[in-house]
Amino acid sequence: MSALKIKKGANKHSAYNLRPTFSDQQETHTLAVLVDNEAGVLARVIGLFAGRGYNIDSLTVAEVDHEGKLSRITIVTTGTPQIIEQIKAQLGRIVPVHEVHDLTVEGPAVERELALFKVEGSGEKRVEAMRLADIFRANVVDSTLSSFVFEITGAPEKIDAFAELMRPLGLNEVARTGVAALSRGNA
Amino acid sequence: MRPQDRGLFYVRIQRVETEFENMSRQMTGAKMIVECLKDQGVDTIFGYPGGAVLPIYDEVFQQNAIQHILVRHEQAAVHAAEGYARSTGKPGVVLVTSGPGATNAVTGLTDALLDSIPIVVLTGQVPTFMIGNDAFQEADTVGITRPCTKHNWLVKETAALSETIHEAFHVATTGRPGPVLIDIPKDVQFASAAYTPIKKARVSHYQPPVKGDMASIEELVAAIETAKRPVFYTGGGVINSGPAASQLLRELVEATDFPITSTLMGLGAYPGSGKNWLGMLGMHGLYEANLAMHGCDLMINIGARFDDRITGVVDAFSPGSKKAHIDIDPSSINKVIHADIPIVGDVAHVLEDVLKVWKSRGRKTDKSGLQEWWAKIDDWRSVDCLKFEQVSQVIRPQHALSRLEYLTKDHDRYITTEVGQHQMWAAQYLNFDDPNRWMTSGGLGTMGYGFPASVGVQVAHRDSLVINVAGEASWLMNMQEMGTAVQFKLPVKQFILNNERLGMVRQWQELLHGERYSHSWSEALPDFVKLAEAFGAKGIRVDHADDLDEAIKEMIAYDGPVIMDCLVEKHENCLPMIPSGAPHNEMLLSESSTKDAIGSKGAVFV
Repeated sequence: MSALKIKKGANKHSAYNLRPTFSDQQETHTLAVLVDNEAGVLARVIGLFAGRGYNIDSLTVAEVDHEGKLSRITIVTTGTPQIIEQIKAQLGRIVPVHEVHDLTVEGPAVERELALFKVEGSGEKRVEAMRLADIFRANVVDSTLSSFVFEITGAPEKIDAFAELMRPLGLNEVARTGVAALSRGNA
Repeated sequence: MRPQDRGLFYVRIQRVETEFENMSRQMTGAKMIVECLKDQGVDTIFGYPGGAVLPIYDEVFQQNAIQHILVRHEQAAVHAAEGYARSTGKPGVVLVTSGPGATNAVTGLTDALLDSIPIVVLTGQVPTFMIGNDAFQEADTVGITRPCTKHNWLVKETAALSETIHEAFHVATTGRPGPVLIDIPKDVQFASAAYTPIKKARVSHYQPPVKGDMASIEELVAAIETAKRPVFYTGGGVINSGPAASQLLRELVEATDFPITSTLMGLGAYPGSGKNWLGMLGMHGLYEANLAMHGCDLMINIGARFDDRITGVVDAFSPGSKKAHIDIDPSSINKVIHADIPIVGDVAHVLEDVLKVWKSRGRKTDKSGLQEWWAKIDDWRSVDCLKFEQVSQVIRPQHALSRLEYLTKDHDRYITTEVGQHQMWAAQYLNFDDPNRWMTSGGLGTMGYGFPASVGVQVAHRDSLVINVAGEASWLMNMQEMGTAVQFKLPVKQFILNNERLGMVRQWQELLHGERYSHSWSEALPDFVKLAEAFGAKGIRVDHADDLDEAIKEMIAYDGPVIMDCLVEKHENCLPMIPSGAPHNEMLLSESSTKDAIGSKGAVFV
């Protein structure tokens, strides 16, 4: 019997690459997950994404109901429609998960992110940075003679745009919170 | 005593009584664990003691309501609990120590997770004030077991212990069942707190719905009424749903006269002797079952999950069919194969509604379409894909299992298996007429599962005939359990099909890797008869076809554990087989040559 000619690198087509012929269009969705605020719950959510090979574009978490001890995790993720459905179903299986909402499909939603920018420079660049910050409604939360720390909130795209503008003006450090999101209108 | 003082006296007595009542419900964490287990109706635990669970073992010593089976390895404790759970429908309970005790249980937990077996594992942990200090026998047990349990808990206060244990039993057995783990530090076991009985425990928010959506059920009924080439494809979910589900399935199959096939995990839900039975499907499934799946126009998946051993290459899986999928776990639906009619719910509840609606609409099926379909199926059946000939005195494994079936089918029989060729042959050649009679490691494919599982089954069914169909390589992986079988007088029969090879690995090497048999045999196998005797059990060896029946009878008749070393043909291939990368209608049958059967594309599938 002949030995099979297995091409080099053939193994990257994993045995378990059973992805069906569903749409392969990549979509970005914002998921809101309400969970019991107990030890390890974030590890369960992150472990699910890591273990099953899903993407996390951004993730925020904080307790939102102190009495009920519930936390809200907001996850922005990218995948095919079938993968997004799987992510939601898999999240729903986690025992301390109470609710999973796909804010991208459940009607309009507001998304906000907070970012801090450290911009260093002097002279005209410093003035220009201040002027742009004003246009973007960014606040100055710290200042020295040669630097500013701006605080800006908004949709992630607005923060991206602000970062682009600040880069030539001496942008040195950025800290972003990731997206927090709520559906619009009555719950 | 003055009249006004009398009232005071009365009040004081009452206060003492309430205090006493509170006192009586106060107990140590260790005692609380045993109380919880009793409350939950547990009669058996499988375990192994160690430093971090000594207070619990002290409580186990001082009671008789719960029997403790001392295994020889923690992995075996979990597999035994799986055997117990799968054969009784009750959750299996395991008690092991911290560190190595917990890490040894990981394989069993993963096995139970993939096969959806309800297991509650209690692990000891170093005292809370030492956690994180790399203490002796410390491991991050909840961290390690998070991905291989349905849920797990680290209990840091004795006051929370009893409620956590009740919650754990609820989670393990509700929805899609699975293993759970509770990690209990030693100081939590020593400290005292009030005990919370089940009826006072808070209600868990975890309540998966069991009723299916009625609109979808009606859609399924409409599809049943018009289908010309329907097939039921059932899985372990039917068995997990309980005996009512199997009963309803049988009723539905009888009433509609549709053909039915099942996955490895679902064998026994519909009787193997039933007239609509096509046999198991999948990679080593029967020809008629796989062709029916490929050619059907309506596939009704009940409690199965389109595993890759079933679908083969998904692009070519049952191309012309409408697919209905009943599952209690929403994540199973549309995971691999798109479901046209998805129904989330418990199998028994959904089948009950399907039957009700179908009957109320006049019990319609397409009779003439069905007749043609059955004619086609009978054609496929006539291929007789499991046919073999026992020609020489060298025992063929198929023959060994056929004789085992013939000689044990009238017994009150439970079968467990290890993993490999023998497992597939057992699924092909043994018949299961009832659910909960067949225990095998399907999802994880854990070599070493069968022997401890047989121990667990025998503990639950002391007077039944429990046989582990094994290969010698798998069996050796947990052979230390001979000690358990002998100590607890468990007459488990170890039916070893000994080909001195890792048969399935060898088969794949023959088909896929140019017959280069890399490390797929053992050159130093033990003498199994002497091994049995060393443990105080009985050993039987048979290597002649003529002696086989006598040997099997001797094995059945012996009142105690037996190792049966059945020497079989060394190079037998397990067929039929859907080569990797091929669709269901391209099967290898036993007569066909296996030469060059698997294309290079298939080689990348395992």
